Amino acid sequence: MKANHVVAIGAAIVLGATLGFGRASHAAGKTVSIACGSEGATNYNLCVKASKQWAQQTGNQVKFITTPASSSERLALYGQWMAAHADIDVLMTDVFYPGVLEKGLVDLRPYLEEDETELFPAYLKINTLDGKLLAVPWFAAVGVMYYRKDLLQKYHLDPPQTWADLEKDAKLVQTEERAAGNRNFWGYVWQGKAYEGLTCNAVEWLASYGAGSVVALDGKVTVDNPRAIAALTMAKSWVGKISPRGVLSSEEPQTLQVFYAGNALFLRSWPYVWSVAQAPDSPLAGKVGIVPIPKGPGAEGEHTGAIGGWSLAVSKYGKHRKDAIDLVKYLTSSEVQRMRFLEGALMPTRMALYEDQAVLAKEPAMKIFYDAILSASPRPSAQTGAKYNRVSSVLYTGLHQMLLGESDPQATVASIAAKLDELSDNGKDW
Amino acid sequence: MAVPEPSPGDARSQGMTLQQRRVVWAWVFMSPVLLALLAVALWPLVTTFLASLTDASISGGDGRLVGLSNFLHQGATGWGGVLASHEWWRSVGNTALFTLVTVGAETIIGMLLALVLNSRLRGSRPLRAAVLIPWAIPTVVSSEIWTWMLQQQGGILNLLMLDAHLIRQPIDWLSDPSLMLPAVMMVDIWKTTPFMALLILAGLQTIPRDVYEAARIDGVGPLKTFFRVTLPLVWPAVLVAVIFRMLDALRVFDLIYVMTGAVPQTETMAVYIQSHLVGFGEIGYASAASVVMFLIMALLLVAIIWSGHKRLLGESR
Repeated sequence: MKANHVVAIGAAIVLGATLGFGRASHAAGKTVSIACGSEGATNYNLCVKASKQWAQQTGNQVKFITTPASSSERLALYGQWMAAHADIDVLMTDVFYPGVLEKGLVDLRPYLEEDETELFPAYLKINTLDGKLLAVPWFAAVGVMYYRKDLLQKYHLDPPQTWADLEKDAKLVQTEERAAGNRNFWGYVWQGKAYEGLTCNAVEWLASYGAGSVVALDGKVTVDNPRAIAALTMAKSWVGKISPRGVLSSEEPQTLQVFYAGNALFLRSWPYVWSVAQAPDSPLAGKVGIVPIPKGPGAEGEHTGAIGGWSLAVSKYGKHRKDAIDLVKYLTSSEVQRMRFLEGALMPTRMALYEDQAVLAKEPAMKIFYDAILSASPRPSAQTGAKYNRVSSVLYTGLHQMLLGESDPQATVASIAAKLDELSDNGKDW
Repeated sequence: MAVPEPSPGDARSQGMTLQQRRVVWAWVFMSPVLLALLAVALWPLVTTFLASLTDASISGGDGRLVGLSNFLHQGATGWGGVLASHEWWRSVGNTALFTLVTVGAETIIGMLLALVLNSRLRGSRPLRAAVLIPWAIPTVVSSEIWTWMLQQQGGILNLLMLDAHLIRQPIDWLSDPSLMLPAVMMVDIWKTTPFMALLILAGLQTIPRDVYEAARIDGVGPLKTFFRVTLPLVWPAVLVAVIFRMLDALRVFDLIYVMTGAVPQTETMAVYIQSHLVGFGEIGYASAASVVMFLIMALLLVAIIWSGHKRLLGESR
């Protein structure tokens, strides 16, 4: 074990030195380790920046551990750390991690009392299990609808309120624009590849139709219902009509590319697109508008985007719990979240920041994101816990087959429901 | 190297014949390699096999021993386990089809390419280097590039074909159920044909020139020369290349993972295992699937080597 320690200390020193912590004396502080994303990402760079500030203020040191970019692979790595009781203090967690990692995370509620009312309730909810707050919301993401302001004006249309509006506008503008010479123009692009992004889209379709959240909060599988079938019938009808078949192999970058190139009227995506589209060198600067996800028909219809974003959790197996909690509090503080928004367009999780002067000066459209997050729909992760990845995979694989044209909506929801029932002993054992 | 040369006196004093001493020393010298093999090949294999007998999972399963139930068990709703999984056998089918088509095409195209490169055409040296480029690009990178190139909207392949009036509508390579597997196969063939060509080229270059001279003097035509002289002589090299490629193709993962994700149309054994292991965290179940995959590949390999061995021996004698 001694040799092990020497190696670990050696590694820490080398790592510390390369990261600029190589001070003459290491005597003062402790070394808190944090896994906050993957090298090169805006989020990671800003995490390093803020953590270093914290280190300087407290006399501690921070060790950064990079993790895979893919969310499911990151979760798998965390799982291995937990199983090995690895000494890692702070983990950046996706919205569905708490259910999986529950046993290994510290309840942060006692340490955050006064802060809780300032954070979006939706984010607190997805991070809370059995009354324990397992992670502190750090930055937000929510599904929103982008549209081409210039084109809607050109054809005297208003931004869509319902899916029916969106379909109508998409058809009209698509026909007209193609007649005007842009043969590659499409009405609506979204993420339809068989992956987590399709689950997000589907959660929005279902919720906006008032068709539930696939699995109800009590664990019962509810996806097989008439409103869900109506929502999916609508989505299926888009493919090849107002949406290119190519959306079925598209993730966010591919859909953004179509929109960015001026070949689509509507795009469903996340908040980051806004800063990309509004950048001074963007061909779309000043031509893009943003609305909440359209609602379905009838009284049950509502505007609701899928909720995404990341939180910070503290591992039970880290050696410096007190300092780790202090670091989490610092990183999720108002000042750091403001800095992260101003420098990296990362959406805050503190509601007050959406009315902050500096934030509004940079981005006047904050109100739209604020409303979207308030009315957002979570994926069914809280109720399915450790099996969430299975649930999502059943959902997106089934829906992808339906969108490809291999099955109809009725049969699809029936088979998804059957698989989920089998997975959970009819909703009793998640 | 100073190998102690045993003198007859030595051998007698230790009661060993020269032959025996040689055997002992052979084992001594081989032991580092054997130990390394045990550590890097046998150890993971054994741990995977052991894990396949447990219900270990990433979300805190305690790894209880569950016997063979990951492979096959009778549950309340019918048979369960890898061997009873429809999805598993579908991915085995996909893998088999993928392997058959890609290795077949790569062998034929690779052979043609090798013949061209082996001829003493001007510029065949730079050509040899250029041919290797697809092979040299990391698979994840080239899969990502191809995903963009094959996009229905704005993908360069579609744009080029539209401009050339080869097609009227853009082809949706990666979102048409009947084109997904072919598209992935196409990229694999593009990528690994150079490897095949190079291995076959190495074989071609060992064929002595005088054999061809003899054939020419005897007035044998080029086609007959190829089938009667070149092919039999290069066959061992081809066989080795095919075995290599086949083992590679059977465990294809990155290409499919990047280009389509785990969808029924393209899911292969390795993709299936990865989504259960990493995606769903089912270490026990995924290990069981890995063991089945290992057995399938091992059996296949034994069959090929056994059938090829006789021929190889027959030729060398």
